[in-house]
Amino acid sequence: MTERTPVLSVRGLSVRFLLPGGRRVAAVTDAHFDVAPGECLALIGESGCGKSVLASALLGLLPANAQTAGGALLGELDLLTAGEHTLARTVRGRRIGLIPQSPAAHLTPVRTIRSQTEETVARLTGVRGRAALRAAAERAAGRAEFPADHLDRYPHELSGGLAQRAATALALIGDAPLLLADEPTTGLDRDLVDRTVDELRRHVDADGGRALLMITHDLAAAERVADRVAVMYAGRIVELTDAKAFFGTPGPRHPYSRGLLDALPDRAFTPIPGMPPELGALPAGCAFAARCDRATGDCAVLPPLTDSVACHHPVPAAAPEDIRA
Amino acid sequence: MLELRAITAGYDRRAPAVRDATLTVSPGEAVGLLGPSGCGKSTLARVAALLHRPDSGEVVVDGTPVRRWRHRAPRELRTAFGVVFQQPRLSADPRLRLTDLIAEPLRATGRRASVPGRVADLAGTVGLTPDLLTRRPHEVSDGQLQRACLARALVLRPRWLICDEMTAMLDASTTAALVGVVEDYRASTGAGLLAVGHDRTLLDRWCDRTAGWHTVTPPALVCGT
Repeated sequence: MTERTPVLSVRGLSVRFLLPGGRRVAAVTDAHFDVAPGECLALIGESGCGKSVLASALLGLLPANAQTAGGALLGELDLLTAGEHTLARTVRGRRIGLIPQSPAAHLTPVRTIRSQTEETVARLTGVRGRAALRAAAERAAGRAEFPADHLDRYPHELSGGLAQRAATALALIGDAPLLLADEPTTGLDRDLVDRTVDELRRHVDADGGRALLMITHDLAAAERVADRVAVMYAGRIVELTDAKAFFGTPGPRHPYSRGLLDALPDRAFTPIPGMPPELGALPAGCAFAARCDRATGDCAVLPPLTDSVACHHPVPAAAPEDIRA
Repeated sequence: MLELRAITAGYDRRAPAVRDATLTVSPGEAVGLLGPSGCGKSTLARVAALLHRPDSGEVVVDGTPVRRWRHRAPRELRTAFGVVFQQPRLSADPRLRLTDLIAEPLRATGRRASVPGRVADLAGTVGLTPDLLTRRPHEVSDGQLQRACLARALVLRPRWLICDEMTAMLDASTTAALVGVVEDYRASTGAGLLAVGHDRTLLDRWCDRTAGWHTVTPPALVCGT
């Protein structure tokens, strides 16, 4: 995509959960991707495919029974091996801004937006003194277009859209080079979805050095905002490609990605047959084979991610020179 | 016929969430109700499902005006409705295994004998495997739990289905699958549907007609001046 050093570079990231009785759940397996400055990468897939676990792994917020392997480099720092002290003092809020799934639940219900914003400003920036904090909090709210006359309200007094902006304002305060949005549009209506993702895009474009990793199952939101798309299925990235080609022509190449797009009400509106496999009992080969109409004997062997797609018999790309055996 | 006549309803009589709303669903008809968040469409759906007593107005179900609501409504009227809500986590008892969640309406109406047959039957229809049926809500995904909630809504073979943002939390494939289940059920039973949502593309594709919120409530009466 770009010659510049990526903001985030994920290399072979895997997450396993150890359950009582020796069961292991493979939530994320061997994820590789980069997010470049000024770029928005959308990570899409069905609910329960491991998208949010990946976000938690990047923030060091996995529960104690999780094991990680591989690396996730944020500049020079490997997020997977960094200690809690480093993550808490230098990463969360400062180098990664989190835009949460449910802003209403993310905000502290018993304090006003102003008080939470001022606290965040005080913690993350050098601003000191009551008047200076007040002014800085109002500037922070303004950056996310949160109306200043609503600052003294409590989270339950805000609409879904305004709560989202308040959460975005908090995420932007630390001037983090990476914004991580985990299902930022769940439950919002279409106009609000459009406005929310447009605002996220604006924060990426406004300062060319910032990157956005958006985790979502809302394909329309991904199409609107993303430069590149990573499709996750059963814990693996099965397709990683340019968003224009993915949503337009020639369209997705992995049969799962095609099925996902065909399920949209403005396309074929037909579901993918069957259900995703249990992450605790994945097959040895391609995890999608059981639901795939292109499956053959080859699918008993795990397909590697080559040429943007992990499939033994992907839908051919439009340009013949892109196809490799 | 499911008729909502001049319904005013809400949680504070001085500031009702719905004012003077009128909407009719014919037997076998699928009606989409489209509106932005916070417009009051979920409250109207609750009134239609006999789950919320309106401040004024009348609900008429197949010619019978509704006089009592919630658990006080007569059983044959209550069981004529199947309801699916937006958030499966909030509408499923966390202590129940999925099989008991689906069977609960049968047990509550004294039809224990039909539990094994109906549950197995519906689990297949909505795409739940036997292994999933033994789990509790925290052990399944949102999509799997919503499949169970849809099975629960269909278990008494309702004549009317009310789906309040049934698919808002779900991915595209699960959405298409659950809408397919609802439509198969309606095709085989002739049940009517009121589907509430904010996604015009989805409702236009799913329903026979889509009613915008502004066509259901008179705009002039906003703010009750």
